[in-house]
Order: sequence, then C-alpha cells, then structure tokens
Amino acid sequence: MSLFEHSLKELTRKLNDNEITVTDLVEESYARIEEVDGEVQAFLTLDEENARAAARELDEAGDKGASLFGLPIGIKDNIVTKGLRTTAASQILSNLDDPLYDATVVRKLQKEKAVTIGKLNMDEFAMGSSNENSSFQATRNPWNTDHVPGGSSGGSAAAVAAGEVPFSLGTDTGGSIRQPASYCGVVGLKPTYGRVSRFGLIAFASSLDQIGPITRSVEDNAYVLETIAGHDEMDSTSANVEVPAYTEALTGNISDLKIAVPKEYFQEGVNEEVKASVRQALRKYEELGAEWEEVSLPHSKYALSTYYLIASSEASANLARFDGVRYGRRSENAETMIDMFKNSRSEGFGDEVKRRIMLGTFALSSGYYDAYYKKAQQVRTLIKNDFDKIFEEYDVVIGPTAPTPAFKVGEQMENPLTMYANDILTIPVNLAGVPGISIPCGFSEKGLPIGLQIIGKHFDESTVYRAAHAFEQATNYHKQRPELGGNTK
Amino acid sequence: MSRISEDQVKHVANLARLVVTDEEAEMFTKQLDDIITYAEQLNELDTEGVEPTTHVLDLKNVMRKDEPKEWIKKEDALKNAPDQQDGQFKVPSILE
Repeated sequence: MSLFEHSLKELTRKLNDNEITVTDLVEESYARIEEVDGEVQAFLTLDEENARAAARELDEAGDKGASLFGLPIGIKDNIVTKGLRTTAASQILSNLDDPLYDATVVRKLQKEKAVTIGKLNMDEFAMGSSNENSSFQATRNPWNTDHVPGGSSGGSAAAVAAGEVPFSLGTDTGGSIRQPASYCGVVGLKPTYGRVSRFGLIAFASSLDQIGPITRSVEDNAYVLETIAGHDEMDSTSANVEVPAYTEALTGNISDLKIAVPKEYFQEGVNEEVKASVRQALRKYEELGAEWEEVSLPHSKYALSTYYLIASSEASANLARFDGVRYGRRSENAETMIDMFKNSRSEGFGDEVKRRIMLGTFALSSGYYDAYYKKAQQVRTLIKNDFDKIFEEYDVVIGPTAPTPAFKVGEQMENPLTMYANDILTIPVNLAGVPGISIPCGFSEKGLPIGLQIIGKHFDESTVYRAAHAFEQATNYHKQRPELGGNTK
Repeated sequence: MSRISEDQVKHVANLARLVVTDEEAEMFTKQLDDIITYAEQLNELDTEGVEPTTHVLDLKNVMRKDEPKEWIKKEDALKNAPDQQDGQFKVPSILE
C-alpha cells in the first residue's frame, strides 16, 4: 500500500514514532512519478536533488515539531519558488530557471518543513479549464487518460489523484482549484478572498485569484490551510483576520446545518449524471440531520459574462509586465524597443492568453469602458448581493462543482466559449469572494469522478470544512483510486 | 452586427503590444465577437445606481511604515535579464 494512503496527520505520527523516514516519503513520491508521470504528465519540473538533500537533513535533525515536517508537496507552476524554475506554463517564462524569491505560501511551507517535490503543470497563466493551454504538455486525467484533468490547476489535482504527492497547492481565479479537483476525484478548496497571501503568485486577475490546497481528504485540506492562511504584510489584500484551527471544526455533527440549494445550479448544461449524484448527496445530508431548501441566486446566469470581462481586464494589465526587459524570454527578431516588446510577447504567449489580453484591453479602452468593464463590475455587485442575502438564512450553499465529468482531450479546443462554460458553477464564488470546496460525490457511468461544491460565508471555511467532512466520512467516494501503473481497483 | 471589427482587433493588439498576422486577426475577430456578443446579455439587467464592485474586501489605503529593508540585491535583480550593461537592464534602441 502506498504511504500516501495515510492522512497527513497519520504520516506525521509515523515520522514521530520513527516508523518511517522523510527519505521514505520523498522516495515514494519520485518512484510513483517515475512509474506513472509518463502517462499523467502532471509535473513540469522536478527538484530531486534538493528534495533528497532536504529529506536527509530532516532525518538527521530529528526535530519533528513542525506541522508539515517531511511531507512531500507539489506546487503549481505559477507560484514562485526561489531557485526553482517557475514558468506559469508559458514560453515567455520558459527560461526562468532561477527565480529570486519565494512566494509567502512557499515560505510558510518551508517553515513547517514540507519538502517540495516539483512544480506542477497548468494552463498558461492559469487561463483555461483543461490544461491543454499549457505551452509544454497536456496533463491527463488519472481516471482515464483520454480525458482532461480539468484546469487550470490540472497538474496539481492529477498529481494528488495519481498518488504522486499526498498534497499540492493550486490557484483558483474562476474555478481553477475546484473544477480539476472535481474532475480528478480529490478535495480542493478556494479560500475566502484575502485568506491566503498572494505574494509570489504570478497574477492573473488580482481581485479574484486565491491559492488553496488540493488533498485526498477534507481533514488534510483543513490541516494544510492552517499553515498557509493568514495576513502577510507583503500582500495588502491579505486580510488581518484570525486563522482558526480548521481541523477542530471537523466534528462530524451537522444536525444544525442549514443548506441552500440554488435551483440555477441544476439548469441547462448540467449533465443528468451530475444532477443525480448531487441529489443523492443532498439525501445523505438529510440522513445526517442537516436541512436543505431550494433557493434562488437569480444573477447566476450572468456570472460567466461578468467574469470574462473583469478577469480579462485585470489580466491585460497584469500581463503587461512580460516585456522581455527584466526577465523571461526576449525575441531575437527586433531592431527597436517597441518591436522587441511586441515580438517577445507574440512569440511568448499562447492564443488563449492573447485572446484574453485583447478582450481586456478592448473592455478597458476609451468608449467601451462603461459599457463593458463598469457594467460587469456593477453586475458583480448583484451577484455578491445574491450570496449575502442567502447567507443571512443559510450556513452553506451546495450544488455541483462542474456541469459535467471530465471531457475528452481535444473535445473543446475549437470554441473558447464552450470551454468557458465549464466554469459556470464555480465563477460566482470568485466574484463574491466567498470560500468554496469541491469534494468527491460519485462517479459517472464511465467511471469518471463527480464533485460536490460547498460554498460558505466570507472567512467561514470552518463551516465549509465541517459540512464537507461529515459527508466524506459517511461515504466512500474519496477512498476510490484510479487504475494506473501498479494500482488496481 | 459584429461588435468588433478586424481593424479594431489590430488596434487593440497594438495597444497590448502584440503582433497579429492577417490570418490571426481574422480568427481573433470572430472569437472575440462571439465572446462580446455573449457578454452583452448583461444589458438585460438594469444597473442604474448599482455601485460597481472592484474588490470584495472593504479595504482602503493599507499603509505600512516607510522604512528601508533588505530586499533583492542589484546583481540578483539583473541575473535573469536577457541583456544588461553597467549594472542596468539593456534594451534595443528606443528611437527608430
């Protein structure tokens, strides 16, 4: 049995009791990567030498007080790691082999003695829902390698599902943690906006981006968030709000829980198998003593338009920094500075990134600003108000994470709008800034995972985790593993 | 009626410091037109008097003390630069 079948807390106990060593864990990770990553293609960069050295050092030091002592982690490639290649899966950063600093989340992981195994594939600059927009490789779904893992944190979700690492970090701007977690049958949380520092996260849409954990269980997820959450003076939008002990919220008792189920999350485009799994989950919640009622979030259908205008506008500003001057790739075909900017960017960015930069530039340009950008920001207020109103009466909102299980590689690359629709149920959460989690709640007839989304109030991850954990403990979906490499069902 | 013309796409590309070929301009015009046309569903909503949300947290002017701190050394800041000279980033000529 893989060591990663154990919870993070159990692995910590085993290390403390000298049943296993950090080297065992790190070697397990690289052995599994060697075995299955040729198929899954989750990792862009491995940090073997440093990880092995760190493992030896930790084994020798023997001070096991740190909360993530010796636990191997994979990190999404848009999170900056000092001295370790960081590309955001873009050609324009393909030569950034030696970044200058660590993201705050990476510093926090290091302080708690986690061991970085490597950097994980993603859609370029986190723009995409399938990992097919990576400029290096297309990660595959461990449950069926003809299917996508979701995106943009597809590498982070696939690596955990494939048992290559016990946990990873992803980022979520419109669903980029939750949708791949749903497709890969793992647990992924987008924290409240401001809960986790964004310092050192390569910015896509700064008013929406959040870093969060991807794990095999709700308890592991809560445990990791305890480490990475909190105020950071390097990110002025990180909130100065106390970080509770999330694992203590996992009581198993949800008899007081009031669940809102938005009827809009069961409408057109949502697949029947997904609806059936979510309805079954709601019956499970009833059995566990919780109450649920159908509600309306009337502006849900406007979220996709709102998101693409706002996120693309912010991206067009954020990605202006990639110009071939201070770091990254510079085009060799340019005589003047302006041509150097243009050619470096045109050679360095993929089509989806260009599309969004142009959409954002258009929406922000004089004559269109009020009609598109300002309008979208006003509708964002309406979407946020929908949630505020529901949360006056209910503790959590529950629905599907994604409208379908994982689709096939290549199936949705023709039309950008079709691809965007995969995020229709996750985007409202980013616009409102509230926390949301995806946990496994079933399988399609073809054996692909289905995810349940649980959304909470601002800074109330504790209730989200409590609701998720109670369901998880009453079901077996999170214990299923894909057939891959030496694993059989 | 199309929401964005090929000329506008080329203009926007220039503003964003991107080069698009005629072929790419045609493709992006079609795709952006589809996206913008879809997004115009927002016009169904009356947003008269609705405050825009730029940010979900109620934050204003987060300040810290203006104290010098150790950060990245000049040599380090230059080490990933495509070109440098005399301790500065070097770019091609600015004047054509």
